[in-house]
Amino acid sequence: MTAGDSIPRQPGPPEPAPLLRAENLVKEFTVSGGGLLGRAGRFRAVDDVSLEVRKGETLALVGESGSGKSTTARLIARLIDATSGTIEFDGREVHALTGKALHAFRSEVQMVFQDPYSSLNPKHTVERIVTAPLAYQRRPIPGGARAFAAALLERVGLNPDHAARYPAQFSGGQAQRIGIARALAVSPKLIIADEAVSALDVSVQAQVINLLRRLQDEEGFSYLFIAHDLAVVRQIATRVAVMNGGRIVETGDRDTVFGSPQDPYTRKLLAAVPRIRPEWDAARRRNEQARREREEAEL
Amino acid sequence: MTDTLLQVRGLTVGFPNANGPNTVVNSLDFDLARGGALGIVGESGSGKSMTSLAIMGLLPKGAERTGSIAFDGTELTALPERAMRSYRGDRIAMIFQDPLSSLNPYYTVGTQIMEAYRSHRTGVTRRQARAVAIEAMERVHIGDAARRVDHYPHQFSGGMRQRVMIAMTLSMEPELIIADEPTTALDVTVQAQILDLLAEIRADTGAGLVLITHDLAVVSEVTDHIVVMRDGDLVEQGPAERIFTDPQAPYTRMLLDAVPRIDDEIGLLRTMHTEEGR
Repeated sequence: MTAGDSIPRQPGPPEPAPLLRAENLVKEFTVSGGGLLGRAGRFRAVDDVSLEVRKGETLALVGESGSGKSTTARLIARLIDATSGTIEFDGREVHALTGKALHAFRSEVQMVFQDPYSSLNPKHTVERIVTAPLAYQRRPIPGGARAFAAALLERVGLNPDHAARYPAQFSGGQAQRIGIARALAVSPKLIIADEAVSALDVSVQAQVINLLRRLQDEEGFSYLFIAHDLAVVRQIATRVAVMNGGRIVETGDRDTVFGSPQDPYTRKLLAAVPRIRPEWDAARRRNEQARREREEAEL
Repeated sequence: MTDTLLQVRGLTVGFPNANGPNTVVNSLDFDLARGGALGIVGESGSGKSMTSLAIMGLLPKGAERTGSIAFDGTELTALPERAMRSYRGDRIAMIFQDPLSSLNPYYTVGTQIMEAYRSHRTGVTRRQARAVAIEAMERVHIGDAARRVDHYPHQFSGGMRQRVMIAMTLSMEPELIIADEPTTALDVTVQAQILDLLAEIRADTGAGLVLITHDLAVVSEVTDHIVVMRDGDLVEQGPAERIFTDPQAPYTRMLLDAVPRIDDEIGLLRTMHTEEGR
């Protein structure tokens, strides 16, 4: 599957409005000065960032530590307010939302965090955790909490009989699946995944990446995928925005950004990624094929 | 002098309690050739970090170590703690994942490099030790080392702190460097610089390297012999090229399938338990 294959273009103008459009976002923080006078200064974590997330796509926001990618994610989720700039979600100005409309926004945009354990209440059962977004919305739970939780767990590849367990009884990969189930509970339009697979072992990480892709195929929601790992991003992104020093230095379709990066920083970042030699991978595939043929011949 | 710098045989580490021996490293064998680079790879709980601590004689309380660890022909497991201390940090150096927690925030980096050096070299004056510290910092490409030597750890970035740690180990001119996830906490561009630096140092000094990591791409670039561990067991080992081109164990094959590639076709990542949440 290549970028955009699953989203057929609407015939003729006008182009459908993106699900999310952020324009000229700026976020400044006050920092105490390092000098003797302790003079306060302003630190610009996000500096004139504009981006779009289209319906059903995955926009990956990549960068190193301090690039401003997580702050951008928190601005978009309205966990913090921007110093200036606008965010439009599904046709509404996010900053202006209050009351019921803000409540609705909070269910349409869900977050999945890096550390599954610290983002799950250790004293609550899985059933209570995954139904919490509905309780917060004061919405009835379709079919009752037990059946609803069981169905959610099944969708994320967990044993539905484990709904009465606590987060500590699950492995890291399973706990991250619980976080994903919680995000799914309110049928969001956008899931912001902030380094959601970074803390996982590689074999578990691959499973969770596959799960995230499958869920998107089934549900058609969008991801804003915040990550530092370019190899992971390449597996999941439709489009990529590269951040450095609070700014987006390059945006484009995944294959364009990875295949012919334009910005010097993007090039430096891609060049720094450690690689298993492609010729070793090719030899491994040949050996794997030969092994399979040998095994079949023996049967 | 033998051609084998480090020979590990039947290394077993356990935390015995009422429930049994609780083995975390199970009968591990491997050799590191003089000047060679060996990678120990595994996921969390594989026992790779316990292996490095066992070699250094730094296992936590309650741990039981059996088997043989021969360093340059000397059986380390037979050494009393006092004798082991003269190996550790001197002939065998260790670099950890988090340089901030290995450095004392209250002392300048220069003081710490000097103290480490003087604790292993008798009759060294402060002035001589300071010169060694500055030279070591220059060798790891810390610019303006003569001034930076008087700075505190918090005045360095993560990558620079890891350079300070490497400078500290370098000052001792170790024959073996054990690096446990030395670049895991670093940004990818900084990681590339530190890996280049380690390669440069090995080329200059001929030191052997044991690199412990979860990152298969990193070991593929840095090491020539690879040990794959899982749940305390040795899964398989061999020359890097053989492990990457013709892995024998199903677990190694699964790991290699699961690593996302940056320049490979996009497809469903192959996993052992695709739908079962492990």
